[in-house]
Amino acid sequence: MSARNEARLWLAQRATAALLAPCVLVHLATLVFAVRAGLSAQAILERTHGSLAWGVFYSAFVLAAALHGAIGLRTVAAEWLGWRGAGADAASAFAGLALALLGLRAVAAVVL
Amino acid sequence: MRPARNHPGWWAFIVHRLSGVGLALFLPAHFLVLGLALGGAAALDEFLRWSERPLVKAAEWGLVMLLAAHFAGGVRILALEFLPWREWHKALAAVAAAFALAAGLVFALAR
Amino acid sequence: MLRVAVWRGGAQGKLQEFEVPRRPSQTVLDVVTYIQRRLDSTLSYRFACRVGMCGSCAMTVNGKPRWTCRTHVDRVGGDGRLVIEPLANLPVVKDLVADLREFFDKWSRAGGRFHPTQARDADFARVRPDSRQRREADAGIECIGCAVCYAACDVVKWNPAYLGPAALNRAWTLANDPRDGAQRERVAAVAGDAGCHACHTMMSCTELCPKHLSPTRSIAGLKRATLGFALGEGES
Repeated sequence: MSARNEARLWLAQRATAALLAPCVLVHLATLVFAVRAGLSAQAILERTHGSLAWGVFYSAFVLAAALHGAIGLRTVAAEWLGWRGAGADAASAFAGLALALLGLRAVAAVVL
Repeated sequence: MRPARNHPGWWAFIVHRLSGVGLALFLPAHFLVLGLALGGAAALDEFLRWSERPLVKAAEWGLVMLLAAHFAGGVRILALEFLPWREWHKALAAVAAAFALAAGLVFALAR
Repeated sequence: MLRVAVWRGGAQGKLQEFEVPRRPSQTVLDVVTYIQRRLDSTLSYRFACRVGMCGSCAMTVNGKPRWTCRTHVDRVGGDGRLVIEPLANLPVVKDLVADLREFFDKWSRAGGRFHPTQARDADFARVRPDSRQRREADAGIECIGCAVCYAACDVVKWNPAYLGPAALNRAWTLANDPRDGAQRERVAAVAGDAGCHACHTMMSCTELCPKHLSPTRSIAGLKRATLGFALGEGES
Protein backbone atom coordinates (compact mmCIF):
# COMPACT_ATOMS: atom_id res chain seq x y z
CA MET A 1 0.00 0.00 0.00
CA SER A 2 1.30 3.46 -0.83
CA ALA A 3 2.19 5.94 1.89
CA ARG A 4 -0.64 8.16 0.72
CA ASN A 5 -3.20 5.38 1.12
CA GLU A 6 -1.77 4.49 4.51
CA ALA A 7 -2.19 8.13 5.50
CA ARG A 8 -5.78 7.93 4.24
CA LEU A 9 -6.43 4.89 6.44
CA TRP A 10 -5.13 6.86 9.40
CA LEU A 11 -7.45 9.74 8.49
CA ALA A 12 -10.42 7.39 8.08
CA GLN A 13 -9.61 5.94 11.50
CA ARG A 14 -9.69 9.41 13.10
CA ALA A 15 -12.78 10.52 11.15
CA THR A 16 -14.75 7.42 12.14
CA ALA A 17 -13.53 7.92 15.71
CA ALA A 18 -14.96 11.43 15.72
CA LEU A 19 -18.26 10.05 14.41
CA LEU A 20 -18.26 7.13 16.86
CA ALA A 21 -17.60 9.28 19.94
CA PRO A 22 -21.11 10.78 20.19
CA CYS A 23 -22.65 7.46 19.03
CA VAL A 24 -20.90 5.65 21.88
CA LEU A 25 -22.09 8.20 24.43
CA VAL A 26 -25.67 7.78 23.21
CA HIS A 27 -25.25 4.00 23.23
CA LEU A 28 -23.83 3.97 26.77
CA ALA A 29 -26.68 6.14 28.01
CA THR A 30 -29.19 3.90 26.23
CA LEU A 31 -27.64 0.84 27.85
CA VAL A 32 -28.00 2.33 31.30
CA PHE A 33 -31.67 3.16 30.65
CA ALA A 34 -32.35 -0.20 29.10
CA VAL A 35 -30.80 -2.11 31.97
CA ARG A 36 -32.79 -0.12 34.53
CA ALA A 37 -36.03 -0.72 32.64
CA GLY A 38 -35.28 -4.41 32.52
CA LEU A 39 -33.66 -6.14 29.60
CA SER A 40 -36.26 -7.92 27.51
CA ALA A 41 -36.83 -8.30 23.78
CA GLN A 42 -40.11 -6.48 24.11
CA ALA A 43 -38.55 -3.49 25.88
CA ILE A 44 -35.75 -3.24 23.31
CA LEU A 45 -37.95 -3.73 20.25
CA GLU A 46 -40.61 -1.34 21.54
CA ARG A 47 -38.00 1.36 21.38
CA THR A 48 -36.54 0.53 18.00
CA HIS A 49 -39.33 -1.03 15.93
CA GLY A 50 -40.38 1.18 13.03
CA SER A 51 -38.13 4.01 14.16
CA LEU A 52 -36.41 5.81 11.31
CA ALA A 53 -34.27 7.73 13.78
CA TRP A 54 -32.88 4.61 15.47
CA GLY A 55 -32.48 3.00 12.06
CA VAL A 56 -30.38 5.85 10.72
CA PHE A 57 -28.45 6.19 13.98
CA TYR A 58 -27.55 2.53 14.29
CA SER A 59 -26.75 2.16 10.58
CA ALA A 60 -24.27 5.02 10.77
CA PHE A 61 -22.91 3.58 14.02
CA VAL A 62 -22.43 0.15 12.43
CA LEU A 63 -20.71 1.42 9.29
CA ALA A 64 -18.36 3.68 11.25
CA ALA A 65 -17.56 0.89 13.72
CA ALA A 66 -16.92 -1.61 10.93
CA LEU A 67 -14.45 0.67 9.17
CA HIS A 68 -12.81 1.79 12.43
CA GLY A 69 -12.49 -1.77 13.70
CA ALA A 70 -11.10 -3.13 10.44
CA ILE A 71 -8.40 -0.47 10.25
CA GLY A 72 -7.54 -1.03 13.90
CA LEU A 73 -7.27 -4.79 13.46
CA ARG A 74 -5.00 -4.25 10.47
CA THR A 75 -2.59 -2.27 12.65
CA VAL A 76 -2.68 -4.83 15.46
CA ALA A 77 -2.06 -7.68 13.00
CA ALA A 78 0.91 -5.83 11.52
CA GLU A 79 2.50 -4.90 14.86
CA TRP A 80 1.77 -7.95 16.99
CA LEU A 81 1.49 -10.76 14.43
CA GLY A 82 3.93 -9.38 11.89
CA TRP A 83 1.23 -9.80 9.26
CA ARG A 84 1.66 -7.17 6.54
CA GLY A 85 1.12 -6.86 2.81
CA ALA A 86 -1.67 -7.56 0.35
CA GLY A 87 -2.92 -10.64 2.22
CA ALA A 88 -3.25 -8.80 5.50
CA ASP A 89 -4.94 -5.85 3.79
CA ALA A 90 -7.43 -8.19 2.15
CA ALA A 91 -8.14 -9.92 5.46
CA SER A 92 -8.85 -6.65 7.24
CA ALA A 93 -11.06 -5.50 4.37
CA PHE A 94 -12.96 -8.75 4.68
CA ALA A 95 -13.31 -8.24 8.44
CA GLY A 96 -14.70 -4.75 7.86
CA LEU A 97 -17.16 -6.04 5.29
CA ALA A 98 -18.29 -8.86 7.57
CA LEU A 99 -18.81 -6.47 10.48
CA ALA A 100 -20.77 -4.09 8.27
CA LEU A 101 -23.02 -6.82 6.87
CA LEU A 102 -23.66 -8.51 10.21
CA GLY A 103 -24.27 -5.11 11.77
CA LEU A 104 -26.73 -3.89 9.17
CA ARG A 105 -28.54 -7.20 9.44
CA ALA A 106 -28.83 -6.65 13.18
CA VAL A 107 -30.14 -3.11 12.62
CA ALA A 108 -32.73 -4.49 10.23
CA ALA A 109 -33.68 -7.11 12.81
CA VAL A 110 -34.55 -4.55 15.47
CA VAL A 111 -35.89 -1.74 13.32
CA LEU A 112 -37.87 -3.37 10.58
CA MET B 1 6.35 -4.83 33.09
CA ARG B 2 9.43 -3.50 31.31
CA PRO B 3 10.62 -0.43 33.25
CA ALA B 4 10.63 1.78 30.16
CA ARG B 5 6.89 1.10 29.78
CA ASN B 6 5.74 1.88 33.29
CA HIS B 7 4.20 5.31 32.68
CA PRO B 8 0.70 6.70 32.04
CA GLY B 9 0.99 7.15 28.28
CA TRP B 10 1.93 3.52 27.83
CA TRP B 11 -0.88 2.35 30.06
CA ALA B 12 -3.29 4.47 28.04
CA PHE B 13 -2.02 2.82 24.86
CA ILE B 14 -2.25 -0.77 26.06
CA VAL B 15 -5.75 -0.28 27.51
CA HIS B 16 -6.86 1.33 24.27
CA ARG B 17 -5.40 -1.45 22.15
CA LEU B 18 -6.65 -4.38 24.24
CA SER B 19 -10.11 -2.85 24.62
CA GLY B 20 -10.24 -2.27 20.87
CA VAL B 21 -9.32 -5.86 20.07
CA GLY B 22 -11.81 -7.08 22.66
CA LEU B 23 -14.61 -4.98 21.20
CA ALA B 24 -13.77 -6.02 17.64
CA LEU B 25 -13.98 -9.68 18.64
CA PHE B 26 -17.19 -9.11 20.63
CA LEU B 27 -19.06 -7.16 17.94
CA PRO B 28 -19.88 -10.09 15.61
CA ALA B 29 -21.40 -11.95 18.56
CA HIS B 30 -23.38 -8.82 19.51
CA PHE B 31 -24.69 -8.46 15.97
CA LEU B 32 -25.62 -12.13 15.74
CA VAL B 33 -27.56 -11.95 19.02
CA LEU B 34 -29.47 -8.87 17.90
CA GLY B 35 -30.10 -10.61 14.60
CA LEU B 36 -32.06 -13.22 16.56
CA ALA B 37 -34.90 -10.70 16.53
CA LEU B 38 -35.33 -11.57 12.86
CA GLY B 39 -36.94 -14.73 14.16
CA GLY B 40 -39.35 -12.70 16.28
CA ALA B 41 -39.15 -11.31 19.79
CA ALA B 42 -39.35 -14.77 21.33
CA ALA B 43 -36.01 -15.85 19.88
CA LEU B 44 -34.31 -12.76 21.31
CA ASP B 45 -36.06 -13.22 24.66
CA GLU B 46 -34.73 -16.75 24.96
CA PHE B 47 -31.21 -15.44 24.66
CA LEU B 48 -31.87 -12.57 27.08
CA ARG B 49 -33.16 -15.04 29.68
CA TRP B 50 -29.96 -17.02 29.32
CA SER B 51 -28.00 -13.82 29.74
CA GLU B 52 -29.50 -13.22 33.18
CA ARG B 53 -26.90 -15.56 34.64
CA PRO B 54 -24.45 -13.75 36.94
CA LEU B 55 -21.37 -14.68 34.93
CA VAL B 56 -22.95 -13.25 31.80
CA LYS B 57 -23.99 -10.11 33.65
CA ALA B 58 -20.41 -9.69 34.83
CA ALA B 59 -19.19 -10.12 31.27
CA GLU B 60 -21.68 -7.49 30.12
CA TRP B 61 -20.29 -5.09 32.68
CA GLY B 62 -16.82 -5.91 31.38
CA LEU B 63 -17.92 -5.04 27.85
CA VAL B 64 -19.33 -1.73 28.99
CA MET B 65 -15.97 -1.04 30.65
CA LEU B 66 -14.16 -1.92 27.40
CA LEU B 67 -16.38 0.47 25.48
CA ALA B 68 -15.96 3.28 28.01
CA ALA B 69 -12.20 2.75 28.21
CA HIS B 70 -11.78 2.64 24.44
CA PHE B 71 -13.93 5.76 24.05
CA ALA B 72 -11.95 7.67 26.66
CA GLY B 73 -8.58 6.63 25.23
CA GLY B 74 -9.80 7.56 21.77
CA VAL B 75 -10.83 11.05 22.87
CA ARG B 76 -7.36 11.44 24.40
CA ILE B 77 -5.73 10.54 21.06
CA LEU B 78 -7.97 12.93 19.13
CA ALA B 79 -7.05 15.70 21.57
CA LEU B 80 -3.31 14.95 21.37
CA GLU B 81 -3.30 14.80 17.59
CA PHE B 82 -5.64 17.60 16.60
CA LEU B 83 -5.58 20.23 19.31
CA PRO B 84 -2.63 22.61 19.62
CA TRP B 85 -0.19 21.09 22.08
CA ARG B 86 -0.56 21.99 25.72
CA GLU B 87 1.38 20.73 28.72
CA TRP B 88 -1.74 19.38 30.40
CA HIS B 89 -2.24 16.98 27.51
CA LYS B 90 0.05 14.61 29.36
CA ALA B 91 -2.61 14.34 32.06
CA LEU B 92 -5.20 13.17 29.55
CA ALA B 93 -4.41 9.53 30.27
CA ALA B 94 -5.57 10.04 33.85
CA VAL B 95 -8.70 11.87 32.71
CA ALA B 96 -9.53 9.03 30.33
CA ALA B 97 -9.11 6.45 33.07
CA ALA B 98 -11.34 8.45 35.39
CA PHE B 99 -14.09 8.65 32.78
CA ALA B 100 -13.98 4.92 32.09
CA LEU B 101 -14.19 4.10 35.78
CA ALA B 102 -17.09 6.49 36.25
CA ALA B 103 -18.97 4.93 33.37
CA GLY B 104 -18.40 1.46 34.78
CA LEU B 105 -19.66 2.59 38.16
CA VAL B 106 -22.80 4.11 36.71
CA PHE B 107 -23.55 0.94 34.81
CA ALA B 108 -22.91 -1.31 37.77
CA LEU B 109 -25.16 0.79 40.01
CA ALA B 110 -27.94 0.91 37.42
CA ARG B 111 -28.71 -2.74 37.94
CA MET C 1 29.61 -2.95 46.91
CA LEU C 2 27.46 -2.92 43.80
CA ARG C 3 26.48 -6.11 42.03
CA VAL C 4 26.59 -5.24 38.34
CA ALA C 5 25.42 -7.48 35.48
CA VAL C 6 26.80 -6.39 32.12
CA TRP C 7 25.84 -7.68 28.67
CA ARG C 8 28.72 -9.41 26.92
CA GLY C 9 28.65 -10.56 23.31
CA GLY C 10 26.60 -9.55 20.28
CA ALA C 11 23.03 -10.50 19.50
CA GLN C 12 23.86 -13.77 21.25
CA GLY C 13 25.60 -13.42 24.56
CA LYS C 14 24.99 -13.32 28.27
CA LEU C 15 25.16 -11.13 31.33
CA GLN C 16 28.48 -11.17 33.18
CA GLU C 17 28.53 -10.35 36.90
CA PHE C 18 30.96 -7.91 38.50
CA GLU C 19 31.41 -6.41 41.95
CA VAL C 20 32.14 -2.69 41.92
CA PRO C 21 32.85 -0.50 44.97
CA ARG C 22 30.27 2.20 45.63
CA ARG C 23 31.52 5.77 45.65
CA PRO C 24 29.76 9.08 46.42
CA SER C 25 28.20 10.83 43.38
CA GLN C 26 29.01 7.78 41.29
CA THR C 27 27.40 7.55 37.85
CA VAL C 28 26.67 4.40 35.86
CA LEU C 29 29.37 5.51 33.41
CA ASP C 30 31.82 5.55 36.31
CA VAL C 31 30.80 1.96 37.07
CA VAL C 32 31.30 0.79 33.48
CA THR C 33 34.64 2.59 33.30
CA TYR C 34 35.77 0.97 36.56
CA ILE C 35 34.91 -2.47 35.19
CA GLN C 36 36.75 -1.91 31.92
CA ARG C 37 39.88 -0.43 33.56
CA ARG C 38 40.21 -2.58 36.68
CA LEU C 39 38.26 -5.80 36.19
CA ASP C 40 37.92 -6.78 32.52
CA SER C 41 39.69 -4.80 29.81
CA THR C 42 37.86 -6.72 27.08
CA LEU C 43 34.60 -4.86 27.84
CA SER C 44 33.56 -2.57 24.95
CA TYR C 45 31.49 0.57 25.48
CA ARG C 46 31.05 4.09 24.09
CA PHE C 47 31.39 7.45 25.74
CA ALA C 48 32.83 10.84 24.88
CA CYS C 49 32.07 14.02 26.81
CA ARG C 50 31.14 12.40 30.17
CA VAL C 51 29.09 15.52 31.02
CA GLY C 52 25.69 15.07 29.41
CA MET C 53 26.22 16.90 26.13
CA CYS C 54 27.00 14.33 23.43
CA GLY C 55 24.65 11.38 24.07
CA SER C 56 27.33 8.78 23.17
CA CYS C 57 27.04 6.93 26.50
CA ALA C 58 23.39 5.96 26.09
CA MET C 59 22.74 2.40 27.31
CA THR C 60 19.93 0.40 28.88
CA VAL C 61 20.18 0.65 32.67
CA ASN C 62 17.84 -1.56 34.72
CA GLY C 63 15.56 -1.80 31.70
CA LYS C 64 15.44 1.89 30.76
CA PRO C 65 17.49 3.66 28.06
CA ARG C 66 19.46 6.45 29.70
CA TRP C 67 22.63 8.54 29.45
CA THR C 68 24.96 6.64 31.78
CA CYS C 69 27.05 9.74 32.52
CA ARG C 70 23.94 11.49 33.85
CA THR C 71 22.52 8.53 35.74
CA HIS C 72 23.59 8.54 39.36
CA VAL C 73 23.90 5.11 40.89
CA ASP C 74 22.01 6.37 43.95
CA ARG C 75 18.94 6.91 41.80
CA VAL C 76 18.88 3.53 40.07
CA GLY C 77 20.96 1.14 42.13
CA GLY C 78 18.78 1.36 45.22
CA ASP C 79 19.12 -2.25 46.21
CA GLY C 80 22.77 -2.39 45.19
CA ARG C 81 22.08 -4.10 41.87
CA LEU C 82 22.59 -2.79 38.33
CA VAL C 83 21.84 -4.44 34.99
CA ILE C 84 23.59 -2.69 32.09
CA GLU C 85 22.83 -3.60 28.48
CA PRO C 86 23.23 -1.96 25.07
CA LEU C 87 20.43 0.24 23.67
CA ALA C 88 17.37 -1.72 22.55
CA ASN C 89 15.92 -1.77 19.01
CA LEU C 90 19.40 -1.65 17.47
CA PRO C 91 21.84 -4.36 16.40
CA VAL C 92 24.58 -4.99 18.96
CA VAL C 93 28.13 -4.52 17.73
CA LYS C 94 29.75 -5.85 20.89
CA ASP C 95 28.89 -5.75 24.59
CA LEU C 96 27.45 -2.29 25.32
CA VAL C 97 28.01 -0.86 21.85
CA ALA C 98 24.97 -0.60 19.57
CA ASP C 99 25.06 -0.08 15.79
CA LEU C 100 23.42 3.28 15.14
CA ARG C 101 23.53 3.18 11.34
CA GLU C 102 19.85 2.42 10.87
CA PHE C 103 18.93 5.16 13.35
CA PHE C 104 20.76 7.72 11.20
CA ASP C 105 19.60 6.20 7.91
CA LYS C 106 16.02 6.72 9.07
CA TRP C 107 16.89 10.29 10.06
CA SER C 108 17.92 10.85 6.47
CA ARG C 109 14.90 9.05 5.01
CA ALA C 110 12.57 11.20 7.07
CA GLY C 111 13.89 14.28 5.30
CA GLY C 112 15.97 15.22 8.33
CA ARG C 113 18.31 17.33 6.27
CA PHE C 114 18.14 21.04 5.57
CA HIS C 115 17.70 21.96 1.89
CA PRO C 116 18.97 25.47 1.21
CA THR C 117 17.32 27.74 -1.34
CA GLN C 118 19.62 30.77 -1.25
CA ALA C 119 23.08 31.33 -2.60
CA ARG C 120 25.84 32.46 -0.27
CA ASP C 121 25.59 36.14 -1.24
CA ALA C 122 21.85 36.41 -0.54
CA ASP C 123 20.69 38.55 2.35
CA PHE C 124 20.03 36.99 5.77
CA ALA C 125 16.70 35.26 6.14
CA ARG C 126 14.51 37.02 8.66
CA VAL C 127 13.01 34.52 11.09
CA ARG C 128 11.16 35.94 14.06
CA PRO C 129 12.01 33.86 17.14
CA ASP C 130 8.55 34.45 18.57
CA SER C 131 6.70 33.33 15.44
CA ARG C 132 4.55 30.24 15.86
CA GLN C 133 6.66 28.26 13.41
CA ARG C 134 9.95 29.13 15.09
CA ARG C 135 8.55 28.32 18.53
CA GLU C 136 7.43 24.93 17.23
CA ALA C 137 10.85 24.26 15.71
CA ASP C 138 12.65 25.47 18.84
CA ALA C 139 10.65 23.06 20.99
CA GLY C 140 12.38 20.17 19.26
CA ILE C 141 15.62 21.63 17.98
CA GLU C 142 17.90 20.56 20.83
CA CYS C 143 17.97 16.88 19.83
CA ILE C 144 21.51 15.49 19.72
CA GLY C 145 20.64 12.14 18.19
CA CYS C 146 21.40 9.95 21.22
CA ALA C 147 18.78 7.31 20.27
CA VAL C 148 17.29 6.97 23.75
CA CYS C 149 13.82 7.69 22.35
CA TYR C 150 14.36 5.21 19.52
CA ALA C 151 15.38 2.54 22.03
CA ALA C 152 12.35 3.28 24.20
CA CYS C 153 9.75 3.20 21.44
CA ASP C 154 7.61 0.08 21.15
CA VAL C 155 6.44 1.00 17.65
CA VAL C 156 10.08 0.91 16.54
CA LYS C 157 10.26 -2.52 18.12
CA TRP C 158 7.13 -3.82 16.42
CA ASN C 159 7.39 -2.04 13.07
CA PRO C 160 10.86 -2.40 11.52
CA ALA C 161 10.20 0.26 8.88
CA TYR C 162 9.06 2.92 11.40
CA LEU C 163 11.27 5.99 11.10
CA GLY C 164 11.13 6.58 14.84
CA PRO C 165 10.67 9.54 17.18
CA ALA C 166 14.03 11.27 16.68
CA ALA C 167 13.92 11.27 12.89
CA LEU C 168 10.33 12.49 12.86
CA ASN C 169 11.07 15.13 15.49
CA ARG C 170 13.89 16.46 13.32
CA ALA C 171 11.64 16.41 10.25
CA TRP C 172 9.12 18.53 12.18
CA THR C 173 11.71 21.15 13.12
CA LEU C 174 12.61 21.45 9.44
CA ALA C 175 8.96 21.47 8.38
CA ASN C 176 8.73 24.64 10.47
CA ASP C 177 11.78 26.20 8.85
CA PRO C 178 10.62 28.68 6.18
CA ARG C 179 14.11 28.73 4.66
CA ASP C 180 13.98 25.03 3.74
CA GLY C 181 13.20 24.17 0.13
CA ALA C 182 12.12 20.52 0.42
CA GLN C 183 8.82 20.82 2.28
CA ARG C 184 6.71 18.78 -0.17
CA GLU C 185 9.24 15.95 -0.37
CA ARG C 186 9.50 15.85 3.41
CA VAL C 187 5.73 15.64 3.87
CA ALA C 188 5.67 12.66 1.51
CA ALA C 189 8.63 11.11 3.35
CA VAL C 190 7.04 11.23 6.81
CA ALA C 191 3.58 9.98 5.83
CA GLY C 192 2.33 6.43 6.05
CA ASP C 193 2.83 3.30 8.15
CA ALA C 194 6.58 3.89 8.29
CA GLY C 195 6.09 7.52 9.21
CA CYS C 196 4.20 9.71 11.62
CA HIS C 197 0.95 7.80 11.16
CA ALA C 198 2.34 4.78 12.99
CA CYS C 199 2.81 6.70 16.25
CA HIS C 200 0.36 5.58 18.94
CA THR C 201 1.08 8.41 21.42
CA MET C 202 2.55 6.01 23.96
CA MET C 203 4.92 8.85 24.84
CA SER C 204 7.81 6.69 26.03
CA CYS C 205 10.01 8.98 23.95
CA THR C 206 8.75 12.08 25.73
CA GLU C 207 9.00 10.33 29.10
CA LEU C 208 12.64 9.33 28.64
CA CYS C 209 14.22 12.04 26.47
CA PRO C 210 17.23 13.29 28.45
CA LYS C 211 16.79 16.74 26.90
CA HIS C 212 13.11 16.84 27.87
CA LEU C 213 11.94 17.12 24.29
CA SER C 214 8.58 15.81 23.16
CA PRO C 215 8.78 13.85 19.92
CA THR C 216 5.10 13.00 20.46
CA ARG C 217 4.32 16.68 20.13
CA SER C 218 6.37 16.96 16.94
CA ILE C 219 4.80 13.85 15.47
CA ALA C 220 1.34 15.20 16.25
CA GLY C 221 2.34 18.28 14.29
CA LEU C 222 3.42 16.10 11.37
CA LYS C 223 0.09 14.26 11.45
CA ARG C 224 -1.68 17.59 10.99
CA ALA C 225 0.85 18.70 8.37
CA THR C 226 0.22 15.58 6.28
CA LEU C 227 -3.56 16.00 6.15
CA GLY C 228 -3.27 17.66 2.75
CA PHE C 229 -1.06 14.86 1.50
CA ALA C 230 -3.61 12.28 2.63
CA LEU C 231 -6.38 14.16 0.87
CA GLY C 232 -4.48 14.15 -2.41
CA GLU C 233 -2.28 17.25 -2.45
CA GLY C 234 0.84 16.84 -4.53
CA GLU C 235 -0.84 14.11 -6.59
CA SER C 236 1.05 13.77 -9.85
